[in-house]
Amino acid sequence: MNLFFQQIINGLTLGSIYGLVALGLTLVYGILHIPNFAHGALYMVGAFMSYFFMVDLGVHYWLAMAGSAAVVAILGVLCERLVFHPLRHSPPIHDKIAAIGILLFLEALVQMFWGSDFRRMSSPFTGIMNFDGLIIPEQRLLIIAGAFTLVFALQMFLRKTMTGATIIAMAQSREGAFLVGIDANRVAMMTFAISGALAAIAATLYAPINLVYPAMGHLVIMKAFVIIILGGMGSIPGAIAGGMIIGFAEAFGGFYISTAYKDIIAFGLLVLILSVRPQGLFAKGAH
Amino acid sequence: MLFKIGSLLMTPAARYGLLALAILFPFLASNEYQVYVMASAFVWAIAVYGLNIITGFCGQLNLAHGGFFAIGAYTLGLLTADHGWSFWPAFLAALLMTAALGFLVGVVSLRLKEHYFAIFTLCVGFIIYLLIDKWEELTHGPIGVRDIAAPYGFGLVDFTETTPFYYLVLAFLVLAIWFMGRLSRSLLGRTFIAIRNGDELAESLGINLMRNKVLAFVLSTTYAGLAGALYAGMVRFIGPEEANITHTFDMITYLLVGGIGTITGPLLGTVGIVWITQSLQFLEEYRMIIFGPLLVVLVIFFPRGITGQFLSWMHHKAQAMQPRHKARASKVTAPQEARNNA
Repeated sequence: MNLFFQQIINGLTLGSIYGLVALGLTLVYGILHIPNFAHGALYMVGAFMSYFFMVDLGVHYWLAMAGSAAVVAILGVLCERLVFHPLRHSPPIHDKIAAIGILLFLEALVQMFWGSDFRRMSSPFTGIMNFDGLIIPEQRLLIIAGAFTLVFALQMFLRKTMTGATIIAMAQSREGAFLVGIDANRVAMMTFAISGALAAIAATLYAPINLVYPAMGHLVIMKAFVIIILGGMGSIPGAIAGGMIIGFAEAFGGFYISTAYKDIIAFGLLVLILSVRPQGLFAKGAH
Repeated sequence: MLFKIGSLLMTPAARYGLLALAILFPFLASNEYQVYVMASAFVWAIAVYGLNIITGFCGQLNLAHGGFFAIGAYTLGLLTADHGWSFWPAFLAALLMTAALGFLVGVVSLRLKEHYFAIFTLCVGFIIYLLIDKWEELTHGPIGVRDIAAPYGFGLVDFTETTPFYYLVLAFLVLAIWFMGRLSRSLLGRTFIAIRNGDELAESLGINLMRNKVLAFVLSTTYAGLAGALYAGMVRFIGPEEANITHTFDMITYLLVGGIGTITGPLLGTVGIVWITQSLQFLEEYRMIIFGPLLVVLVIFFPRGITGQFLSWMHHKAQAMQPRHKARASKVTAPQEARNNA
C-alpha cells in the first residue's frame, strides 16, 4: 500500500512539473497560435540560469529561482519581438521552423558555455519527511506545493486583474479584443514573459531531483505538447489536467509496467487518442 | 549581364554541366576524403528531396523524417548483419519497409491539420528513436549494428571503395532528382501544391485530400528510406543516434537554405552546408549557433531560400525587360516556374 502512495506522490510531482511547462505552452498557443517548439529550450535555459546563479554566484535557491525566471521571461519577450512578431503574417509553417531555429540556437549556446555534461543542482530542501512510514522528500513536496500556488496565482491574475483579462480576451477572440482597444503587442509580450517564467520556475523546482544538461528540454517539451493536445490547445484547465494525467500515467506505468518504456507511454497515449479523435480530447476547451 | 548568366543557369545545358561536374568530381578532388564527404552530402540530399515532397510541395511539416531515415538504415543493417541477407535484397526490403510504415503513419497522422500534424510527427520521430534505443533484442540498443554489408557489385565493381560508392550514390541522386522534376511538372505535383495553398481550396477543386497527402507522405518516407539504406551501406555501422531529432532539424535547415519547394534547392542547400561545416571543423559542435539564427533570418526575410530568391529575382528581371525584348522574354520560362514554386 505504501508503494502505491509513493507512486501517487511521484505522479503528483511529475504532473506538477509537466503542468507548469504545458501551461506556458498553452498560453502562448492560445494567444498567438504558435506551437512554440523553443519552449523546451527556455525550460533548459531556466535550469542553467538557476545553476549559474547558485553555483557560480552563490545566490540562495529562492533568489536564483526568481533571477532565472526574470532572465527567461526577458528571453521569451525577445523571441516574441525579434522572431514571432515579424512572422505574424507568414504561413504557419514558418513559425514552426523559426521556433526550431531558436531551439537549436539556445541549445548550442548553452552547450558552448557549460558543455554537454550532466550536472547536479543542490537545493536547501534535502530533508525527508516521514508520515507514518510514508516517505516524502521535501523537494517533491515543494514541487507540488509550488505548482499549486503558481497555478492559483496565475488564475487570480487572469481572472481578477485588468491585464490578466486582456490575455483571456485575446485568447477568446482576436478581433473582439482589438475592437475594445486591447494592445495586441503588449498582450503577446506579456504572455511570452509569463510562459518563460513558468518554464524557468518549473525547471528550477525539478532540477534538484533530476539533472541539468543541454538536452534536458527535449522530453519535457514533447510531453508538454502531448498534454496540451490532450487538454485542448489553448485551454488552461486542460493543461493542468493533462499534466496530471501524463504524470500519473508515467509514475504508475513506470512502476507497474516497465521503467525502460515509461517515456513511450505519453507518446503512445497521444498516438492512440489522435487516431481516434484527430481534434484532441477536449477540442473546444474553455478558456 | 547578371540576368544573362541567370537565364543561362536555367537552361538544360546548366543541368548537364552540373552533372558533368559531379561525374568528374572524384578526379578533381585532392583526396579520397573529399569524395567521401561529397557522397555523404548526396545521401543526405536524397533524404532532403523526400522532405521536400511532403513539406515543400504538400506544405505539411514532417518532423519524423529523420526517424524514417533511421528505419531505412536499420532495416538494411539488421537484415544484412544479423540475418545474412545480401545487400540488394535488403536494400529493396528497406525501401518497402519505409514505404509501408510511411503508409501506416501517414494514414493516422495526415488526418491532423497543421500544428497537430507537426506535433504528432515530432512524437512519432521520438517513438522511433526510443524503440531503436530500448528494443535491444531487435536493434542491439545503444550498442548499434556492426558489420553491415556493402553493396554487392556483381563482380564488376567493389563498392567498399569510396569512388565506386560515390558513383552509386550519384546515380541514385540523379534518379531522385529526375523523379522529383517529373513529379513537379505532373498533375500530381500540381495537386500537392494546391493542397499546400489550402486544404479547403484543394478540396473545392475536387482533390481527394487524404489520398494525395498519404501518397506524398509515402513518397517522402521512401526517399528517406533510400537515403538511410545507402547511408548504412556507406558507413556500415549505425546506432540509435541516426534517429535523433537533430537529423530532422539538420534536413530542415538544408531544405530551407537551398529553397523549400524547388527542384535544385535541396541539392544546393545540402551540399553547400555540408561543405561549410566540413571546412569549419571546429564548428561541428557549435554549428547551430550560426544555423539556428540563420533559420530564423531565412524564414523572416528569404522564406524561399537561395533557389526561390533566385527564381523570383529572374522573374522580376524578365518582367522589367519584357517591353523591350518581347520576343526574347517569351522564351524565358522563369515566371511560370517561379510562380508555381512560390
